[in-house]
Amino acid sequence: MTFFEDPVVFLSNLIQDLLVGLNLAPSVVTFFMTLLGVVIVASFGLIAVIFLIWLERKVAARFQDRIGPNRAGPYGLLQTFADIIKLITKEDITPDNADKVAFNIAPILSVVSVLLIWAVIPFASGWIGSDINVGVLYIGAVGSFGILSVLMAGWSSNNKYALLGAFRAVAQLISYEVPMLITLLIPVLLARTMGLMGIVEAQSTWFVVYAPLPALIFLISSIAEIGRTPFDLLEAESEIVAGFHTEYTGMKFGLFFAGEFLHAFTIGVLTAILFFGGWRGPGAETYPVLGVIYLMLKALGGYFIVMWVRTTLPRIRIDHMLNFNWKLLVPVTLALLMLIAVLDKAFAGTALYLPALIAANLVVFAGLMVALRQLAVRQRKERKRFKKRPVAKPA
Amino acid sequence: MIPLSWYLILAAGLFCIGFYGVLARRNAIAILMSIELMLNAVNINLVAFWRFLAPESISGQAFAVIVFAVAAAEVAVGLALVISIYRSRKTVIAEEINLMKW
Amino acid sequence: MTPIQLVFLFVAFATLWAAFMVVTRNNLVHAALFLVIALFGVAVLFVMLEAGFLAVIQVLVYIGAIAILMIFAVMLTRGDVDDIPDITNRYAGWVGLVAVLFFSSLVILMAQWPSFTALAKPILSSRDTIVELGTALVSPNGYVIPFEVASVMLLAALIGALVVARPRKGK
Repeated sequence: MTFFEDPVVFLSNLIQDLLVGLNLAPSVVTFFMTLLGVVIVASFGLIAVIFLIWLERKVAARFQDRIGPNRAGPYGLLQTFADIIKLITKEDITPDNADKVAFNIAPILSVVSVLLIWAVIPFASGWIGSDINVGVLYIGAVGSFGILSVLMAGWSSNNKYALLGAFRAVAQLISYEVPMLITLLIPVLLARTMGLMGIVEAQSTWFVVYAPLPALIFLISSIAEIGRTPFDLLEAESEIVAGFHTEYTGMKFGLFFAGEFLHAFTIGVLTAILFFGGWRGPGAETYPVLGVIYLMLKALGGYFIVMWVRTTLPRIRIDHMLNFNWKLLVPVTLALLMLIAVLDKAFAGTALYLPALIAANLVVFAGLMVALRQLAVRQRKERKRFKKRPVAKPA
Repeated sequence: MIPLSWYLILAAGLFCIGFYGVLARRNAIAILMSIELMLNAVNINLVAFWRFLAPESISGQAFAVIVFAVAAAEVAVGLALVISIYRSRKTVIAEEINLMKW
Repeated sequence: MTPIQLVFLFVAFATLWAAFMVVTRNNLVHAALFLVIALFGVAVLFVMLEAGFLAVIQVLVYIGAIAILMIFAVMLTRGDVDDIPDITNRYAGWVGLVAVLFFSSLVILMAQWPSFTALAKPILSSRDTIVELGTALVSPNGYVIPFEVASVMLLAALIGALVVARPRKGK
């Protein structure tokens, strides 16, 4: 094995040999290697955020017909560093009646909950932090720490807007976790494993071909999970100041901010892994570096869609948000899961497999459209019964 | 190597702490939390027995899964009851919920 | 003392300490947050017992759903119950005594048992316990009836909770 074929494995072998040469106990070597891996993956994620914030500001600016940051460094690339310096120099305020411990732990937990996901991301063939056999469930489990951090932040701030934001956030995050977890099960079903590496390896045809609708629903519910527009009710600045992080200043706010951006990119990575073949691509088997590039390109594609949605759609109302989830996404995902499970059992290994799954998706989609059309017709009739549009009157 | 006894003593301790909480706390939600602690102690025991004494069958884990389902159902109904009582009686103190008491 | 034993002792003491805080804290949100620590400690113990699936489910169900629901309920029922001076009832001392006695008698009884100090045999690496668990839960020779009963019970609990917690119309 040479450096150019697989630099990561080459270097890790080199370091391992070095450590073994120092006459350290095998458990110490394993511990040190694991620690090194954790540090590298975590710093990769956090450094990626610096680039992502710049990218998002640039892209959002283009959508809004602006130029975006262009003063600090070439193309404004150093803008984020300037922002970080600004955040660090800001006064670190803890409100008087805040719950000190919970208030300070919450932002850390917020970043940790996202970074933990990266532990199971397969970057390329053989490059994975930990190939645990419950990888998909692990992603769902780690997400619950994110919810907890929001709740802790909102409660400990001792601010009614923060608490309102936290309540909204929890209602939204718990609701959208349901369709997200159910759609996560569909790649599991197709790949017959819960390990993310296994899921990537099973995708000789991308799963998005078999299951386009689940991929879409996964993306939608993930956008709701990160609380971005159009699902940004948890920090709707026109209604509840800044939601759960109203009281946070300086780098503590920066941690929430970084956590959100990293989460958005992680959603892109997860979509790429679960539905778009992960690191798979021409030559990725022999040269893992190519795999990382493929994965990052696919992830940036997913991230671009998240940005696109964010800059295009307005915020939706809270009852619409909950109705959309419980009356549309959850039933549709449940129907899809059952349908795909039955068809998978019936047609696995036959030539009809792909057509059957695509047909199932189309049928569900068509049924959904018909139902929505009927709903719209009914609502329109109902509205016609009023001569005038209902207007809020002062009491 | 960790012997089975360590897990059993830990589970016994957790169970007794939960036991104390259930019987001594006045707040109904605190009582529910203590019940969770007791259920967790049982789960530790189930999994530890599976791992140490009968690793060839999977029954210990299967039992633990059922306990999870029971715990989730218990919390959902329990908290619904607590909130419902709070609505009508404005209290969550277990001693003050005495409408049915003779 | 091997490293793994140190890890166990650390996790065990953290779990017990957090559990103790749960039953003694006056502030219920704090109690619920300590409950999260205790539940996470139990998840770590599941990992040490090589039951990774259960560990993940523990985090997903207990921390992701149950603990958050608890915090929610605490916040919904706040108000006059905040910071009541006596958080325990008048039998607390007796109950504490009974709990300590119960714990010591449990330990003494268990110590008589020959398998008390049993050591774990290594699990064959060829075994996939998740597959085994999944098959056992749905196979007629395994636990399909308890599993189905549990699902029906969950559904019943879901509907029951909705009916009970729903505000009455006209109030």
